[in-house]
Amino acid sequence: MSEPQGAVSCHTTPELSITAQTHPFRNGLWKQNPVFVMVLGMCPTLAITNSVRNAISMGLATTFVMVASYGMISAIRKLIPKQVRIATFIAVIACAVTVVDFLVKAISIPVYLALGAYIPLIVSNCLTLERAEAYAGKQPIGKSMLDGLGMGLGFAFALTCLGMVREVLGAGTFLGVPIFGPHFEPWVLFLLPPGGFISLAIWLLSFAFWKERATKKAAKAAQLKLALATEARS
Amino acid sequence: MNEPLRHIFLDAFLINNFVLCTFLGMCSFLGLSGKFSTAWRMGVSVMFVITVSSVLSWFTNLLLVRFHAEYLRIIIFIVIIAATVQLTEMFIKKNSPALFRELGVYLPLITTNCAVLAVPLFQTARSYTLVQSTVFSIAASGGYCAALVLLSLVRERVELSDVATLAKGTALTLILAAILSMAFMGFAGMGNAS
Repeated sequence: MSEPQGAVSCHTTPELSITAQTHPFRNGLWKQNPVFVMVLGMCPTLAITNSVRNAISMGLATTFVMVASYGMISAIRKLIPKQVRIATFIAVIACAVTVVDFLVKAISIPVYLALGAYIPLIVSNCLTLERAEAYAGKQPIGKSMLDGLGMGLGFAFALTCLGMVREVLGAGTFLGVPIFGPHFEPWVLFLLPPGGFISLAIWLLSFAFWKERATKKAAKAAQLKLALATEARS
Repeated sequence: MNEPLRHIFLDAFLINNFVLCTFLGMCSFLGLSGKFSTAWRMGVSVMFVITVSSVLSWFTNLLLVRFHAEYLRIIIFIVIIAATVQLTEMFIKKNSPALFRELGVYLPLITTNCAVLAVPLFQTARSYTLVQSTVFSIAASGGYCAALVLLSLVRERVELSDVATLAKGTALTLILAAILSMAFMGFAGMGNAS
């Protein structure tokens, strides 16, 4: 693929270029959270989050794939010709995913059945390839693995947030434990596909709201400071 | 195994629509549905890639079973898909440079579309025959194309209306997708009837 870099990403955000300067681990966890900020890796985010347990296991599986494959990609980054780098990245990620597929099957059959086809589909998760292209293909091994860990845990965190909303509202339980008592009528819509879209929209809206309020507050404080300064001068 | 073809078609196209009911191919669904013209072009090229790669994977899977190498399935399938995408890219570049310029950036994206990898995986898991998997791949990719075009039409309309600045962008697209998905839930009844 002879496309210029950045072509793999589904949504090319301008902030992606500054990732190299910020701390690789914290960057993925919060500042550039893969789900809430970059809006990547949507398939598992919406499909697997109908319970907290599934969300956490999916997040951990993705984290493992990212750490393992980014270490590998970063180690061989100087040997890969530019034209075939995306194909190479995908092949390395596919190896890591195959390992995870067997690992999950060996650890817990119920989790394996619940996640189903979405474990092999980590290969074509745009998040994994996007970070390989934007970060691991250019940075040293330690940093790349740290970036994978941060991004993966950020992804797991976002999945858990969504899973919490959907399980609590949709089934009235948290991690399988009922929390509302016997008279609670479950809001089944939240377990069904539309609930996934709606709960992610709610999270994004509330983040946008908090962000706007914070910037407004900061602007107001700056204005007040300016007014005080001019008053003192006169 | 002996599922009639029209059941397979209806199931993949409407009842379990790949995008709106199983959340496959979400990234391109949210990212490329802004304009109708890009949406249908992307949909058609994804349809082509899915159909070709699904037939190729069906034959390759026979080889894998023959040599007891089923554990290589994920890697082989993704390599087939990447090759098909590359092939489509070269084919379009040679035959219609104008279309290539329009699609240019989106073509490599097809490799990372979960829907493309899911079709070969599902047809293997359900042990479909060659004809069944071809019908399945056409129906699934047609469903993807239909959902993408529908959302792009809705979004073009919403673009003109007055929306709160807070909700603009991804959140609005997600809410629209939720409404479409609720509409598609109505087709679930057809699954029991047929």
